[in-house]
Amino acid sequence: MPDIDIVTPLRPASLSRMGRSLTAFFLPHRIIMVLVALFALAMMIRTMDWSWLPAYMPRLWEGLGITMLMLVVSVVLGFILALPLAIAQVVGPLPLRWLALSFCTVIRGTPLLLQMWLFYFGLGSLLGQFPEIRETWAWPYLRQAWPYGLFSLTISFAAYQGEIMRGAFTGVPKGELEAARAFGMSRAKTFRRVWFPRAVHRALPTLGGEIILQLKATPLVATITVTDLYAVITKVRQDTFLTYEPLLFLVAVYLCLSGVLTVLLRWMESRVPDAR
Amino acid sequence: MTEQPAIRVKGLRKRFNRLEVLKGIDLEARPGDVVAVIGGSGSGKSTMLRCINLLEIPSAGTISIQGEAYAMRETRQGLQPADRRQVQRIRAQLGMVFQSFNLWPHRTVLGNVTEVPVHVLGVPRDEAEARAREVLDRVGLGAKLDAWPAQLSGGQQQRAAIARVLAVDPLAMLFDEPTSALDPELVGEVLSVIRDLAQEKRTMILVTHEMAFARDVATHVVFLREGRIEEQGPPDQIFGAPKSPHLQQFISSVA
Ligand SMILES: Nc1ncnc2c1ncn2[C@@H]1O[C@H](COP(=O)(O)OP(=O)(O)OP(=O)(O)O)[C@@H](O)[C@H]1O
Ligand SMILES: [Mg+2]
Repeated sequence: MPDIDIVTPLRPASLSRMGRSLTAFFLPHRIIMVLVALFALAMMIRTMDWSWLPAYMPRLWEGLGITMLMLVVSVVLGFILALPLAIAQVVGPLPLRWLALSFCTVIRGTPLLLQMWLFYFGLGSLLGQFPEIRETWAWPYLRQAWPYGLFSLTISFAAYQGEIMRGAFTGVPKGELEAARAFGMSRAKTFRRVWFPRAVHRALPTLGGEIILQLKATPLVATITVTDLYAVITKVRQDTFLTYEPLLFLVAVYLCLSGVLTVLLRWMESRVPDAR
Repeated sequence: MTEQPAIRVKGLRKRFNRLEVLKGIDLEARPGDVVAVIGGSGSGKSTMLRCINLLEIPSAGTISIQGEAYAMRETRQGLQPADRRQVQRIRAQLGMVFQSFNLWPHRTVLGNVTEVPVHVLGVPRDEAEARAREVLDRVGLGAKLDAWPAQLSGGQQQRAAIARVLAVDPLAMLFDEPTSALDPELVGEVLSVIRDLAQEKRTMILVTHEMAFARDVATHVVFLREGRIEEQGPPDQIFGAPKSPHLQQFISSVA
């Protein structure tokens, strides 16, 4: 190992990038925090009852799958829906603007739990009263619970994200749009080439937080009989009469998921160029 | 006169609601002219410049670019452009440089400069890129092609904005106080680029507070006061022997 590189003395000669970022990560206070966490974990494993875990593992995986599916699908569909909601509020004709605004206000202003129940118990049973609907291909789906859960989650994400995108659209500096106009861009092209990408760019930093909020909203689907991770844990608690162990397990899983999401979105954000 | 004026403004008036900002302006820039527009704050310089590419819609008067007047029609809200495509076509021939640069922050320097040629004028990308490299070299940013606007100093951003205009090879360039937002030590680099362009006889209308620079590069100076042209003429006359007392006062106040 060469100890000092004389030509470029400022560059650490042998430390890899990975190694350097690791040493930068392990500051004293972090080391202590990690030790405390490890200790707590060890205590939990030693003193608590985890014997139920292997038997329920397949169901837990399934529940996790449903939770993730609910999250990913509702975020993607919700985001796609949010765009017209935002655009209508920013440049739409008055009736459309008003409609989009009231939609967002109503959805954001009422509890998601309530919406889910209204859709599931209200709309679900209403649809079942029409034989025309019972005979279509859609009925086998509509008589299950998950479409209503997914629908509510999607609508909710769309409303929140629509509001954020509206802010992002109006927040794009006028000068950038004016420059586009001054160079002879049509309105449509100005939108496509400048306004829209700039708005998405500006909304990106808050997207991570919104997705994590959405993750934390998914357990509500358990209240309408969808067996997501939370529902499986509830079942465990009923079967085993254990209180803390299943809940702690749940905490650990949600923490891991938010952690992974945070890291993933940070990385995505870092790949987008920095702009004012 | 045989030569067609590049820009011709006749009887231009502009009001914002009750406030009449421009009260009848006549102005001409022939090819190769460098018209410097000076005047106090609020005298209507920016508004006049922005009327030329219809960023502001005139309340009255005609504006023609290379002999072609904007087609306007009367509506209940006053004059409106009658033909959006014509407006876009003419705008694409008038490059504007803004006080606050207004680069597109989500595109690299090269992306900013190729944007209009590729996406408005339909120039093939490789051709546009070759041209972009050329003009960026000219403004001294040949090494910054892949930088993002946010990574540039103000002076570099403004030079990139000038390159963005040069890339469309405009009929005339419109500058609205291109150095007012810059730190004093960065003003020089931008002015020197503009001086080069003036020397190669590019037509330009230049709103500026840099009096020494205006005197140096302008072929014609216009003094605007309260929405009217109070005095105009060759730079030596305007700065050396101003007639109007307001102009005299203005020059001594900024000097
Ligand atoms: N969009 C607008 N709505 C209402 N009033 C406006 C608008 N734009 C400009 N004005 C008014 O018109 C007048 C002239 O403004 P303008 O920006 O043309 O002045 P200027 O000569 O460029 O001044 P400065 O040197 O400060 O840039 C000002 O009184 C300003 O308040
Ligand atoms: Mg101005």
